[in-house]
Amino acid sequence: MSDAHVKVSLAEKPPGLEGTGFFATSLEKVVGLARKNSIWPLPFATSCCGIEFMATMGAHYDLARFGSERLSFSPRQADLLMVMGTIAKKMGPILRQVYEQMAEPRWVMSVGACACSGGIFDTYSVLQGIDRIIPVDVYVPGCPPRPEQILDGIMKIQHLVETESLRRRDSPEYKALLNKYGVE
Amino acid sequence: MESAEQNPTLNLLTGQFGDAVLSADVRYGMLTISVRQAAIIDVISFLYDHPRLQYRYLTTLCGIHHPELNQIAVMYQLHSFQNNRRVRLKIWLPEDNPETPTVTNLFAGANWMERETYDFFGVTFTGHPDLRRILNVEDMTIFPMRKEYPLEDQTREDKSDEMFGRSGVGSGQ
Repeated sequence: MSDAHVKVSLAEKPPGLEGTGFFATSLEKVVGLARKNSIWPLPFATSCCGIEFMATMGAHYDLARFGSERLSFSPRQADLLMVMGTIAKKMGPILRQVYEQMAEPRWVMSVGACACSGGIFDTYSVLQGIDRIIPVDVYVPGCPPRPEQILDGIMKIQHLVETESLRRRDSPEYKALLNKYGVE
Repeated sequence: MESAEQNPTLNLLTGQFGDAVLSADVRYGMLTISVRQAAIIDVISFLYDHPRLQYRYLTTLCGIHHPELNQIAVMYQLHSFQNNRRVRLKIWLPEDNPETPTVTNLFAGANWMERETYDFFGVTFTGHPDLRRILNVEDMTIFPMRKEYPLEDQTREDKSDEMFGRSGVGSGQ
């Protein structure tokens, strides 16, 4: 039986020096490569965008192809917080607590119009965008976005993860960003 | 459909309370009675205890703001399972100090309904066991369903009134 129809693509190795029995590159690139392909997302789904995420996780769109088959329902083990849906002001402190419980390095993806800006819910009870309480790395627009758009957002996150400097989380700029949100 | 005058509930109420019954009519098939605020507990107790009426279920309770009257109404909707009849009672409170006794002594289920009415309209239910906000954030300073408060979120900065056909309102034109 031929397995010629099975197309397996491996992650591309970073640029480096190669010889017999060794391959040399920078640690940062190796860590970035490993992290990029093993992101554990924490779904914070409150409404219809969460349904689109379920489709994204399912067999047809298959988020597992991107190394994210393992969802983490504990923030302590998660790398990526995916906020999908309307966040009421009363939910704000809970979302913030979930973010604070995540270990560094952590990334945040805001999925859908409501999470990004409050969406159609321009009203006294709804948070007008989660970036008012936690820093966001990638915004996915749409009401709700299709699974393809969510996958595109995941790939944007992967790009950030891959290229992030190992020292970024210790930098004064990053600390200033967190301080702006009153974290730590 | 019977008119308000033919309704036995109304007749018994007016017989018992006289001028505490302010007005009555049938709206959307349901008898609606405005009652003097001071009599509301007695009226609801009467409807509850009366052997023929037996309004023993509080379907809902809520506030209504009438800015043109400077009044806040509180609406009680009662249901008699015995007779399969419904009745709607309204009391009228002044906008600046809406206060009325609780009905939680009669209906335990009124607890959360009265908290919701307090949360959105600022109606104080005296004697309520735990009168605090129920749906909105605890540190909210307004009663958002009162019409003097704008529905839109006032913390939003990305909206230009011109984009919403409201130029001249705060847009500097």
